[in-house]
Amino acid sequence: MTTAVFIGCSFIAFGPVLALCVCTIAAEPLSLVFLITGGFFWLVSLLLSSLVWFIAVQIGGSNNASVKKNFLIFGVVFSVLLQEVFRFAYYKLLKKANKGLMTVSQEETIPISVRQLSYVSGLGFGIMSGIFSLVNILTDSLGLGSAGIYGDSPQYFLSSAFMTLAIVPLHVFWGIVFFDACEKKKWWAPALVILSHLLVSGLTFLNPQYDGSLVPSYIIMMLMGTWAFFTAGGSLRNLKLCLMCRDKDFLLANQHPR
Amino acid sequence: MTELSAHLPQFQHGQLTENFPDNHLCNTNDNSERRRHDNSERRRNDNPESETNGQPQNRAQQVVEQDEEDEELTLKYGAKHVIMLFAPVTLCMVVVVATIKSVSFYTRKDGQLIYTPFTEDTDTVGQRALNSILNAAIMISVIIVMTILLVVLYKYRCYKVIHGWLIISSLLLLFFFSFIYLGEVFKTYNVAMDYITLALMIWNFGVVGMICIHWKGPLRLQQAYLIMISALMALVFIKYLPEWTAWLILAVISVYDLVAVLCPKGPLRMLVETAQERNETLFPALIYSSTMMWLVNMAEEDPEAQRKASKSSTYDKQAAANQIQNEDADMDDGGFNPEWEQQRDSRIGPLESTPESRAAVQALPSNSQASEDPEERGVKLGLGDFIFYSVLVGKASATASGDWNTTLACFVAILIGLCLTLLLLAIFKKALPALPISITFGLVFYFATDNLVQPFMDQLAFHQFYI
Repeated sequence: MTTAVFIGCSFIAFGPVLALCVCTIAAEPLSLVFLITGGFFWLVSLLLSSLVWFIAVQIGGSNNASVKKNFLIFGVVFSVLLQEVFRFAYYKLLKKANKGLMTVSQEETIPISVRQLSYVSGLGFGIMSGIFSLVNILTDSLGLGSAGIYGDSPQYFLSSAFMTLAIVPLHVFWGIVFFDACEKKKWWAPALVILSHLLVSGLTFLNPQYDGSLVPSYIIMMLMGTWAFFTAGGSLRNLKLCLMCRDKDFLLANQHPR
Repeated sequence: MTELSAHLPQFQHGQLTENFPDNHLCNTNDNSERRRHDNSERRRNDNPESETNGQPQNRAQQVVEQDEEDEELTLKYGAKHVIMLFAPVTLCMVVVVATIKSVSFYTRKDGQLIYTPFTEDTDTVGQRALNSILNAAIMISVIIVMTILLVVLYKYRCYKVIHGWLIISSLLLLFFFSFIYLGEVFKTYNVAMDYITLALMIWNFGVVGMICIHWKGPLRLQQAYLIMISALMALVFIKYLPEWTAWLILAVISVYDLVAVLCPKGPLRMLVETAQERNETLFPALIYSSTMMWLVNMAEEDPEAQRKASKSSTYDKQAAANQIQNEDADMDDGGFNPEWEQQRDSRIGPLESTPESRAAVQALPSNSQASEDPEERGVKLGLGDFIFYSVLVGKASATASGDWNTTLACFVAILIGLCLTLLLLAIFKKALPALPISITFGLVFYFATDNLVQPFMDQLAFHQFYI
């Protein structure tokens, strides 16, 4: 409950995504616009799902803690599904926008590729999701008090930060896989994305048994990451070339001397 | 009441030139299409009428080419313009939110403006609602009256009055409000400060501000000053407007903005058309501009520059004077007796009347940008937009129970609204009000997040569930 906890947790959760933004988004104004729009779509999905949850709670009208928890679980599941629906909606919107621009400008190339869009939109979703999950917790960590006095886990802040650290890249990977699958009309892939999102959210129901929720989430994140990497056109050969700074395309694109 | 105009660079004869969306010109001129694609003087086309407003008139053949090339660059440069506006708007909001969160002065209730005489500390909800509606009605009518007054003054060429108005406004804003702000910040952080140092600081700040805003100065400094005075004004609004009144005023202002800018008989539109007929620009310093354009213009077009300078200062003055007057009522008189205040009242108007001038300025063909770098013209956004965006986000951070969630949601909503407005601007290529979409989104998100999302996220955080 000190500034150190605050700074530590915020950088644990948002450090990687900040690095991603600085390296890939900051230079491209178009990407930044699409990033914020993606965040907006996530926000709208959250709004609608909390509306549904609120109505359900009002109708249910009980003060029983377990009933409330059940309503919350229902809210979480509904929210996950709605997020994926909005991801699809964002995909549709981006396609339409791209098409519109292409017809208007009579150009063959679109200014931003679908792959880049998928990355940016996933990042937008992830950033908003992470921020909304964590920011109030972070402000509380600056304030007075001690975590875990009443029997809860004393690692509350740290585990929240680590969970957010897993969620944000997960959204990126889900975005990449989702858009690519929609492009190629492989409908089993989005279904798998939805399932994995439900799984990750469902695992958090096991909190505060963090080994039950955090570790599997990270495993899922790694798996999704590999899947997204191969979907985006990566391969072991590419990776090797890139790491050894011998990938010509990458170097040319970044104008680095070899 | 604020308008947004974007300058889209266009390729002309293989050379990048700037474009002025002199949109109001479009409506009143049969050359409207051409005017839309005015180029900078760097393009040495034979434009005999270029002297009329310091701007070369576009020729038909160039227009046709530009139309085609226009579209292909729209998206790329459109995004850049969007970012050029996101940055200052974000900065202004960050300053306001940071101040609200740390300096308790601006969330403490110390009375109300005279424009909102009805209190909200009533016994019943109905009474409170009625009072806030009356407050909002009074404020809006004051705004409308002042707007019309400004239009009348401009129509009858009372430039000196407007000039004086603007200068007093910005003087008060840059000196008095910043003095109060600094004092409160020192109190919050318990910093010991002597009056001599303070006087020197405020003096320097104010004088440099006056020079930058009304005359010449480095672009970044001018932008920084405009952001600072917008933030100061927004803070005053946040402090002195009671809650329900503030939300109502925001809603009504965006409707008024829409009406005033788009309706044929709207005061803003009339102001713009009058300015067009006279081939003048108005109040450039009341507009945040992201390029060097205005500075160059002011330096070159002397008579117009002076007029511009005076007009812009009028805006600030009036805004400042307004606030000062109201604050005085609460605090020590400071030597401003009621008579003086009334005088000031008659001379200056509320903050809101200025957007028209802003609109007018933006709509008018700007003076030559010839000497400029042929890169983007940049975009212009009226200071009133900054102020009302910041008021919305600041009020959200001050009063919301959802705290940061609500603030962030409003912030994203406003940015998206701005984005949409710019998109519409790129499509319609005429001056548009920047308030309605953003404020609508902001209000919707404020109330939705505060009442629906916050309990949901609260419960989720309590159980440590993640969605």
